[in-house]
Amino acid sequence: MDANRAGAGFSKPQPLSHKIHLDFPLLAGLLALMCISLVVVYSASGENIAMVKRQAINVGVSLTAMLIVAQFAPTFLRRWAFPLFFIGVGLLVATLLFGHVGKGAQRWIDFGFAKFQPSEAMKLILPVMITHYITRYALPATLKHVSIGVILIAIPVYLIYKQPDLGTSILVGSAGIFALFLAGMSWKVICSLIVSAIPFSIAMWYFFLHDYQRRRVLTLLDPERDPLGNGYHIIQSKIAIGSGGLDGKGWLNGTQSQLEFLPERHTDFIFSVLSEEFGLIGVIVLLCIYLFIIARCLFIANNAQEPFSKILAGAITLTFFVYLFVNIGMVSGLLPVVGVPLPLVSYGGTSMITLMSGFGIIMAIHTHRKVNR
Amino acid sequence: MFLRHRTPIRNQTAENSLFARRAIIAFCGVVILILVLVINLYNIQVNSHESYQTQANGNRIKVIPIAPNRGLIYDRNGIVLAENIPTFSLELIPEKVKDLTETINELANLVTVSDDERARFLKSAKRQRRFKSIILKSRLTPEQVAKLSVNLHSLPGVRIEARLKRFYPFGESLTHALGYVARLNKKDQAKIILDGEEATYAATRDMGRLGIEKYYQKLLHGQPGYREIEVNNRGRVVRILKEELPEHGQDLYLNIDIRLQEKAYQELAGRRGSVVAVDPSNGAVLAMVSSPSYDPNLFVHGISTKNYKKLLSADKPLINRSTMGTYPPASTIKQLMALAGLEAHIINEHTSIKDPGWYKLPNVERKFRDHLAWGHGNVDVYRAMEKSCDTYFYDVANRLGIDRISTFMDQFGFGQYSGLDIHEEKRGIMPSRQWKRERHNQPWYPGDTISLGIGQSYWTSTPLQLTNATAIVAASGKIYTPQLLGASQGSNGLLQLPANEKSPVILKDNYNWEIAQKGMWKVVNSPGGTAYNVFKGADYISAGKSGTAQLISIAADEKYDAKKIKERHRDNAMYVGYAPFDKPEIAITVVVENAGGGSSSAAPLARKIFDIYLNKNDNNNTSLLTHNTLPKQKKSQASSTGTIHGR
Repeated sequence: MDANRAGAGFSKPQPLSHKIHLDFPLLAGLLALMCISLVVVYSASGENIAMVKRQAINVGVSLTAMLIVAQFAPTFLRRWAFPLFFIGVGLLVATLLFGHVGKGAQRWIDFGFAKFQPSEAMKLILPVMITHYITRYALPATLKHVSIGVILIAIPVYLIYKQPDLGTSILVGSAGIFALFLAGMSWKVICSLIVSAIPFSIAMWYFFLHDYQRRRVLTLLDPERDPLGNGYHIIQSKIAIGSGGLDGKGWLNGTQSQLEFLPERHTDFIFSVLSEEFGLIGVIVLLCIYLFIIARCLFIANNAQEPFSKILAGAITLTFFVYLFVNIGMVSGLLPVVGVPLPLVSYGGTSMITLMSGFGIIMAIHTHRKVNR
Repeated sequence: MFLRHRTPIRNQTAENSLFARRAIIAFCGVVILILVLVINLYNIQVNSHESYQTQANGNRIKVIPIAPNRGLIYDRNGIVLAENIPTFSLELIPEKVKDLTETINELANLVTVSDDERARFLKSAKRQRRFKSIILKSRLTPEQVAKLSVNLHSLPGVRIEARLKRFYPFGESLTHALGYVARLNKKDQAKIILDGEEATYAATRDMGRLGIEKYYQKLLHGQPGYREIEVNNRGRVVRILKEELPEHGQDLYLNIDIRLQEKAYQELAGRRGSVVAVDPSNGAVLAMVSSPSYDPNLFVHGISTKNYKKLLSADKPLINRSTMGTYPPASTIKQLMALAGLEAHIINEHTSIKDPGWYKLPNVERKFRDHLAWGHGNVDVYRAMEKSCDTYFYDVANRLGIDRISTFMDQFGFGQYSGLDIHEEKRGIMPSRQWKRERHNQPWYPGDTISLGIGQSYWTSTPLQLTNATAIVAASGKIYTPQLLGASQGSNGLLQLPANEKSPVILKDNYNWEIAQKGMWKVVNSPGGTAYNVFKGADYISAGKSGTAQLISIAADEKYDAKKIKERHRDNAMYVGYAPFDKPEIAITVVVENAGGGSSSAAPLARKIFDIYLNKNDNNNTSLLTHNTLPKQKKSQASSTGTIHGR
């Protein structure tokens, strides 16, 4: 009842931010990232102003999406959790069956008027579903509920993995796992999951991973194995980052990016462009913004009134972190190349809309408070 | 079942603190992992910065070597013998071509593209990087260039490239002396790597393969320049950062007089044989012809199998007969044998013998026949040379013995490399007891010695060795290493190659030179001399010695009848000589295989060469090498080879 009392303590009228359901500090952090995105995309695209304009449109659209999502109270999400989940899984199955093949993977469903990527929506639907399911019962979650939760996670993760889209399936999976973790899944279960992960990953290696994914892992361990093939991305990316040094080569002056040695430099490898041109200092500034956003979101989560809101906000936040960790880890050679964009900075609308919708949910959690219950 | 709604009994405080704990743990995890990222980035960006900086520069900066232009080769009068001319080739850059097969088909409509060319192109297209230009068809004719040029605009990625290629305007007459260049092959590359000269040959496509082109490869090649360029990931040049021009190869001036060379080649007229002419006063090689020959230009663009097979014919055109053809010297060494006899006091100027037409060793049945069956009657040393009397020299040789003969002849370079500046050379054989023991594992028989007297038996010599020996006689013992190269012209100006004088042949009595020379004079100038008719009416006085090398033995009672003998077994016609008699400027050897008598088949050729060479010296003294001035014909390297590279 702490929160209630605190709410009651402020007898003043609701502040503006709560009226329009936005959290200004969080919004400031997000806008800062988006500004960085526009600046770096301009450089990474070879000073292509049309591309910057398209990215600006992406920013606008995703801000609108965030604003719209923020208007719905968390109870609305709870109510729709099950139907959304079933529709989402249904669409994933449909994608596998009739999906549009692009870059060798089936990710899109073409509705005629628009293309839709169900796996993107799943990044939000799954944490909502898991959180909804697990918070129906008293916390900490029991082993039985955790087990059912894991099964619920496994279904969409497997379907996305089959597309094949390893990056997204990792992100979707981690969103669900974080929900379980925050719901108080016991440490015993966590440890046994980690221990069982070892034989599981060996089995994965031999039976489930595609050849190209295996090669990616192998080249991660030793990029020189294949300097012109799979290792090329990692080598060129590390050269870009390393040659940036402490203070960088300056905006538009990165030779690795301007001379196109860096692959996918405006999407997955945009972090390398930033590192090359702005150096370690620029990188630390970027990481600080990320850390601020995460801290603010976890603060919001902790201050939420009910377990569903808390866990959902926490899971979305931690997934956001997985995004940036996997991306930066991969471009700097710590993790294999799995095709995860740098959140809110990489060029592209799809992931940005999903991410901002996620932040919309967090803002809704923060602003839709039941003041008088 | 889990969808069944149930009102949980919840402890909200406990749940809140559980979440707070978990959130804090998660946040700590986040901070730790971000620190891991930062530490890793610090490692890359600060600790390993230098190394990555270097790699980044290595990525973008490429050093492109620029091939030096190969030096030109001139004859002694400044006439171009080897030049670089632009040839046009049709090239494609795979990266810029949308559909290779279709583009090649379109090109095939404009110019013929053989299946061979197509296959070769597709093969190298697979191996090379996609931005590199690959030749589809080389050596385009002007018509083809014109036809393609008007259509290039509609064919992206297709271009016509001009490259300098070696061209030998005098074709086959010079091949064996000049040699040729050919495409660098795997063997060359291995050698370049072995010699550590990768940098020098980085941009070079051709390599000297034979003769002068091979021997002076280093001088002719020059030093490559380089261009430091910034490239993007596809290797496309963004800008030039630095440029160092190549040091072009040196131009070479040969001692060869192309007029003598051409004349000699024409006169041999496809017969198997050789002509070698040397200046006895300095060793300059004035002509060096081997016939039959072949067109060196065939090798420049890569010779076809069909053409190459033709060169493997029985006439062996690939062999440089001047330096690799080993012939029995026959009577052309009689003046040397006379010298040996005089020096050993076996004979003197006046010693004469009676020639019955044969020579016989005491107690041996076998007769050594003279070429004149009825004999020459009384012969002294002069008459023996003039008439080429065999019996006289059988006797001299017999009395000298093998040891004295081989020691004496060694001084004239027989059986040894001459030191000529090309790699293709054979030593021939100057037999000795030791040689026969090693080679045939047999003792030396007195009969062997007797045939040596007329230059037969085991004795073999190259035309070049015979010329040198003749030049030594003409110069009364002075020996010069024969040299094809006369001067080189590089950035430091014209550099004369000095004559290379070796320690001379010293006789106990210098008058003996005069006896040998006078004997040779009589061959040409005494009405009874074997070459008298050939040189009648010449503007100069020359000396010489004819020879007819017997290739099969003729039984004692048999007569030599050229018509009855297969062509390959007919005698070799030989002639050695020099002129002018009192101040020799040219010494020559002519060998015509299986042509019969030396005086009738070889000497006329020698006269034609003398005529040209000595008339020239009287009429116009334009010789570069004797006057040390650059002739007017010489074009500057820059203007003749242009700047066709650098595109």
